[in-house]
Amino acid sequence: MALLQITEPGQAVDPHDRKRAAGIDLGTTNSLIAGVRAGAVEALPDERGKQMLPSVVRYTRDGVIVGEQALKMAVQDPHNTIVSVKRLMGRGVEDVGSLGEQLPYEFVSDGGLVRIDTVAGVVSPVEVSAEILRALVDRANETLAGELDGVVITVPAYFDDAQRQATRDAAKLAGVNLLRLLNEPTAAAIAYGLDSGDQGVIAIYDLGGGTFDISLLRLRRGVFEVLATGGDSALGGDDFDHAVAEWLINRAGHEGALSPQQYRGLLMQARAAKESLTGSASVAVRYREADFMVDVVLSRDTFNELVTPLVDSSIRACRRTLRDAGVDPSAIDKVVLVGGSTRVPLVVEKVAACFGNHPLNDIDPDQVVAVGAGLQADVLVGNKPDEEMLLLDVLPLSLGLETMGGLSEKIIARNTPIPIARTQEFTTYRDGQTAMLIHVLQGERELVADCRSLAHFELAGIPPMVAGAAKVEVTFRVDADGLLEVTARETGTHAEASVEVKPSYGLTDDEITEMLKSSFDYAAQDAAQRSLAEAKVEAGRAIEALGNALAEDGERLLPVRDVEMLRQAITRLRELAEGDDHQAISEGTEMLGRASEEFASLRMDAAVRKALAGRQIADVDNEI
Amino acid sequence: MNFNQSYFEIFGLPAAFDVDLDLLTDRFFELQKEVHPDRFVSRTDQEKRLAMQWTTLINTASDTLKSPLKRAIYLLGLRGVELAENPQLPPEFLMEQIELRERLEEIETGDASLEALDGFKKEVGTVISSLEDRFSGALSDDPGRAETLVYEMQFLNKLLVSANHLEEKLLDY
Repeated sequence: MALLQITEPGQAVDPHDRKRAAGIDLGTTNSLIAGVRAGAVEALPDERGKQMLPSVVRYTRDGVIVGEQALKMAVQDPHNTIVSVKRLMGRGVEDVGSLGEQLPYEFVSDGGLVRIDTVAGVVSPVEVSAEILRALVDRANETLAGELDGVVITVPAYFDDAQRQATRDAAKLAGVNLLRLLNEPTAAAIAYGLDSGDQGVIAIYDLGGGTFDISLLRLRRGVFEVLATGGDSALGGDDFDHAVAEWLINRAGHEGALSPQQYRGLLMQARAAKESLTGSASVAVRYREADFMVDVVLSRDTFNELVTPLVDSSIRACRRTLRDAGVDPSAIDKVVLVGGSTRVPLVVEKVAACFGNHPLNDIDPDQVVAVGAGLQADVLVGNKPDEEMLLLDVLPLSLGLETMGGLSEKIIARNTPIPIARTQEFTTYRDGQTAMLIHVLQGERELVADCRSLAHFELAGIPPMVAGAAKVEVTFRVDADGLLEVTARETGTHAEASVEVKPSYGLTDDEITEMLKSSFDYAAQDAAQRSLAEAKVEAGRAIEALGNALAEDGERLLPVRDVEMLRQAITRLRELAEGDDHQAISEGTEMLGRASEEFASLRMDAAVRKALAGRQIADVDNEI
Repeated sequence: MNFNQSYFEIFGLPAAFDVDLDLLTDRFFELQKEVHPDRFVSRTDQEKRLAMQWTTLINTASDTLKSPLKRAIYLLGLRGVELAENPQLPPEFLMEQIELRERLEEIETGDASLEALDGFKKEVGTVISSLEDRFSGALSDDPGRAETLVYEMQFLNKLLVSANHLEEKLLDY
């Protein structure tokens, strides 16, 4: 099994051409960023050597604090210290109540979107996540000594379109070039090099601080299909600490309730004891705080007894998920452990017993997702030109429309490779009906009430006709990032109307611009500078891309005259980009794009021909 | 670049109902390796857009050809046959449908056993396969008959969807 990918001599990209790429694990409790250093992908540390950044953001009158310093204030200043913001991503106000936990924030309703009122003003979960992303990207820019060219961000496999859209918006707001979103279990599988295997079913057991996820993936020629996901959003390593703390209180024979301070201290002791028991058979716990005192030895056997009900509960979730997927435990080829809590030996033991397969755990389970994302980012950004790996993304949940009787009609089934477009025809229900309400849904269930509502919109202007005579074409278009666009068109009488929708909880580009303007980091005068810098980066990218394309295929595919024309266009844009008129630079970039349109299409034709030609040669070989 | 090729032409397959699915999958992956947007991250915006359009086309084409029902409807479309909104179906076929629906309801309201449901699904699957076999022959000889067979396939596929929903419901208990 390949843990690290070793580049063969001669295949390495010239260090000067190497792009800076990173993978980000944007977690509920902690976040990490992994990038390529000294030829290997590793989690990047902050200036104190810490790799994990607590996913906590604190808003004060003077600015924003992210990470450890914010976490320390979570108890004292709960209203302004946002923890576990991932649970709120892409959620509407009506969802918050059903998250099954008490959140200390002051929620503000704004057109269905969740917003939180803080001392520094009203913030959205997208903005909070963007702060975490910025902190991580700043760290990478520092450690890798330069700006990142692109990142891959991971999301849970069960995230729906609205949650993915919110994550994408956060990346945009943080000003990072998002190469793609990657499912967390897929990232873990990539970290272990499982994508290079031929095929098989892989289970990813992810026990974090506060959440448990089990995902079953099927790999087939570079395509990871998510067969099923399951878990428990209220089960994690923190529960182990509570179990140990309760036992310690019991052993101390303490009467009455502990003060919050005493209990916090005791939890830290419990956590430390849990961690030592990974390597040793027993640990001494001594703790004294005010009137509380305990001095005992905790053996691993006792610890195992304490946490057995918790681990068993995760194993039951695994069995349920296996059954949902119709997969027998013996059919699982590989099991991967993710999340710090999987260091507990009992967890490894029980997982091995459940799947009849010793789990893979030699990559740090806290870092494995970020490392996998970093590997994928490195390929996408172009540092591994000979890498064959191509991950085809699939739609995580089916997309459909509400039809008569509150039923959901599936338009695109889950696990269909994306990007994809599909059109379905609908008709009117009543005589003289001139409008149609389109309700876009995501989910597997039959009833609309059990699916997630992504958008509502109305198609008006249908000419009055008898029921069933009007024909309305509804087109679902999902791009490579899983972004959905729905268009409805009335075609029966050549009268046309079309509407585009974004998920209700997504942000419009205007909103993102507005947030950028109002955020702390970008004062008004910086906005102009930022536009100029962006225009220059864009122009640089276009020049580089076209330059490379000309070097590779210019002479082969174009008359000399056209190559010369494009080279001149590049020179002109390069001159423009040295100036400081961002409008002129952007227009120049666009002109260059238009001038190279035909060349792009010729190159694409050549690529498609190559795919088919390769096949014909292979066929001939087989016949001989 | 020709976006007007038929889904069959894209994969270099004959435009027939019987499709070699292994060959389709092979060619799908060969094409993806060349045109997928992930291969175009540092290319010009024009090339990125074309990559996106091609990949969308390839995915949509493969999704259509992999499903027998979608493939049958697509083949009729290539011959200029548009499906009717409320088709006329032979009365004996409709009677059969009513009986099958009633049996599904009996399974639900009766002992609700997964074994009975499994048997029912297998039976429906067999009927669908036989319709598919007949469609393959009728397509060139008797397009009108082929069209009727597609309506029948649609009915039975919907029945199978209902059976799957019932299965989910039973498993939830």
